[in-house]
Amino acid sequence: MEEVYALCVGVLTTCGVFLTLRGRTFSVVMGLTLLSYAVNLFLFSSGRLKLDGAAVLGQSSSYSDPLPQALVLTAIVIGFAMTAFVVILAMRSRADQGNDHVDGNTPPSSSEYSRHKRKS
Amino acid sequence: MQHLAILPILLPLLAGVFLLLPPLSHSIERQRAVTIITSLLLVIISASLLFVSDQQGTQLYVLGDWQPPYGITLVADRLSTMMVLLTAILALAAQLYACAGDDRKGMYFHPLFMFQVMGINGAFLTGDIFNLFVFFEILLMASYALLIHGGGKQKTKASVHYVILNLVGSSIFLFALGMLYGTLGSLNIADMAIRVRALSVEEQSIVKAGGLMLLVVFGLKAAMLPLNFWLPRTYAAASAPVAALFAIMTKVGIYSILRVHTVIFGDDAGALANIALPWLWPLALLTLTIGSIGVIASPSLRLTTANLVIISVGTLLLAIALNSELATSAALYYMVHSTLIAGALFLISDIVKTERGKAEDRYVVARQMKQAKTIGIAFFIAALAVIGMPPLSGFIGKTLLLQAAYSGLEMGWVWSFVLVSSLAVLISLSRAGSTLFWRHSGEKISQDKLPPLKLGAVYLLLAASPLLVIFGGPVTQFTQAAAVELHTSVQTHEQTVQAGGQ
Repeated sequence: MEEVYALCVGVLTTCGVFLTLRGRTFSVVMGLTLLSYAVNLFLFSSGRLKLDGAAVLGQSSSYSDPLPQALVLTAIVIGFAMTAFVVILAMRSRADQGNDHVDGNTPPSSSEYSRHKRKS
Repeated sequence: MQHLAILPILLPLLAGVFLLLPPLSHSIERQRAVTIITSLLLVIISASLLFVSDQQGTQLYVLGDWQPPYGITLVADRLSTMMVLLTAILALAAQLYACAGDDRKGMYFHPLFMFQVMGINGAFLTGDIFNLFVFFEILLMASYALLIHGGGKQKTKASVHYVILNLVGSSIFLFALGMLYGTLGSLNIADMAIRVRALSVEEQSIVKAGGLMLLVVFGLKAAMLPLNFWLPRTYAAASAPVAALFAIMTKVGIYSILRVHTVIFGDDAGALANIALPWLWPLALLTLTIGSIGVIASPSLRLTTANLVIISVGTLLLAIALNSELATSAALYYMVHSTLIAGALFLISDIVKTERGKAEDRYVVARQMKQAKTIGIAFFIAALAVIGMPPLSGFIGKTLLLQAAYSGLEMGWVWSFVLVSSLAVLISLSRAGSTLFWRHSGEKISQDKLPPLKLGAVYLLLAASPLLVIFGGPVTQFTQAAAVELHTSVQTHEQTVQAGGQ
């Protein structure tokens, strides 16, 4: 279980970092979302992975740590609000700047590329 | 008065909520009255909290009576109450300035401002590291909305970078917290400081990685090189009262570095003692260098001020890197001074911008300002304080810092970098002042009279500089006591834990 779990967090983080480094706001927002998924899984595992552990005292002989679950819940709520905000901001930026690049201006090479593609 | 410690968080929260509700939400006059009364109350509350914590020792507020290390605690010691008072004064001045008209440029200025103050106060007061994350998010969320307040292309562009960078920072923060909780099993800062000694060798490397990731996050908030390239554009794009309030935001990062890296990873942390120091030294010096270059290269007063913030961050990081009670005490004095003066300079540059019409605050020849004398005097006072010339507070702050670096090698590095950066500021600000106030063409711009509230806000902040000099004795005594308290907080906590266990 640990290997699969670690692999999931790793893949999500890798994809998140890759997408965050892209030039357009849409992929950056996707990257941030994936990063926050990775973070949530990672935080959850900080209480150690355990099957059939009760979170409430007096219910079972083996317990799981309830605190990471509370932390993840907080992180999910905050992450959700932030994603909603950054999506709206990306749309506002698209309207204000006329393109969806994070830097606000289209790099010349990519516009030539798209013109080239339109011709062909 | 046992609930005094939570009031700096609760009061702006309630004020912010009530500002969104009907009797206040549609009338800007009523909103102004409520926010200014709240800000005044905050100043009084934080001053009395500071007095209480100085006289009776650290106030521990245990939320919901869940005893530490299990529940969340608020820690009102000398350092945190000093920062809360600083926030309250800065917020009051920024609020006064905004009431002269800037709050009309968009909706919900006052509620957002209150939530921002709440987040900052919470970040200063909390004794729980996950709670610190939550308050960071609150202050960031409010700052995102405040930054874009008023709208415009420049603001949107700066805002996109600022928001994305800080979201990545939040992710790193959570990764670091997961690592620390997984190995230390606690999120209470004082408790973590004790547990960090009893780690096995394998766990030490994980905690070290977590601690250094926290340094990255706080470095991003504090604008430490190489994480500071967002700052000049963001601060220059924000509207003046917002930029003035943002002057405290970099100090939230500095404060968190102080809390985490001198308490948890301080001298007593065993194998993990002072893990941040080898990084802080070069980064602080480089931050100072890039700030100095930025100050000289800036084409407008707002950008110059933003780069001055970077210089003050570099100076503070240098003081933290010195890692002694004397240096921390000097840093605290310098922090109060630099925050208030940076706030004042942001307000002054906005006044200059509105007074000069089309030329704005760029360093070009333009028509003369109508009230050049009043604004010029304010600029002169602020410039003297920032450069660190006697008789104002910058001189005392920098002298204290230079005194704290007395051994040979430290002295060489700190003295040369701090003094050269001061020279850069001197050159830049004298150029700025002479261009803005003396080199003009044609007659005066006929404009409406400057609202007295704006000048009042500027002089309120500037008054701090001579006051910090006149009351220099008590203030340095206080910062000294706060620094001692910070550096010995682990031992104090250990004693109380042992006393409770017996």
